[in-house]
Amino acid sequence: MNLKKYLVLFAVMCFGSIGDALLKRGMNDFGPVDLHHPFRVVTALGNPWILIGIACLIAFFSSYMTALSWADLSYVLPATALGYVLVTILGTTFLHENVSPARWIGVLLISCGVGWVTRGPALTAPQPREARIPSPEEQHEIA
Amino acid sequence: MKSLELWCAIFAIVLASSGGDVLLSSAMKRVGDLHELYAERGLLVVMGRVVREKRFLLALCCFSVGFFSLLTALSWGDASLVAPASASLTFIASAVMAKIFLKEDVDHRRWIAALLVCVGVVLLR
Repeated sequence: MNLKKYLVLFAVMCFGSIGDALLKRGMNDFGPVDLHHPFRVVTALGNPWILIGIACLIAFFSSYMTALSWADLSYVLPATALGYVLVTILGTTFLHENVSPARWIGVLLISCGVGWVTRGPALTAPQPREARIPSPEEQHEIA
Repeated sequence: MKSLELWCAIFAIVLASSGGDVLLSSAMKRVGDLHELYAERGLLVVMGRVVREKRFLLALCCFSVGFFSLLTALSWGDASLVAPASASLTFIASAVMAKIFLKEDVDHRRWIAALLVCVGVVLLR
């Protein structure tokens, strides 16, 4: 793992969290989806918050694809979970939200999980091919 | 009833997201390291290789289902329930699917990390 790869994981983390928050903002404007007209949800794509959210999610998707090209899925998912921590810290710092002790414990657990998984290998080592032992007949032919 | 519908939508998000993750991971491993490919052959070749992968296109279909399920779930329930519930369940479902379908070496380190993140995300709501 080099700095460039850590930056890709950081981009996955940031764009994913911001994109989700923007989608929620847009869906608040749109209102509840009616089960009798499920395809009406497509018209939500006209909402500017949804559009900016989608732009963030495209950036998230590009960096996520890049990360998956050189790391395992079971490594990338926990390693990028620090986005939840980022949102909580941004919430307390800039939005002056009240964060309960349970949330801080959640932040601590996620940080431990991320720290724990990023210390391990990013990619499963390819299995070495087993050396094939020739059968007795083949050994006889070789001899 | 509304609660049942909400959990069905969350289940659809988890299933579609985990399935999409596994298909995308498989497609990207077949394409190879995008950094190296981009440095050697340029952006157009990278895009061409990625788009030609059938698993990538299937992953996009799964993510589309997951995306509209997420929009629906967010319109029915609070983001403080939908986001952590779907995210934490997706961590576990993806780890299980990666082990089964991608034959990844999900060792004790990754299981513990997935569980810590899962519990942490639930506490964040």
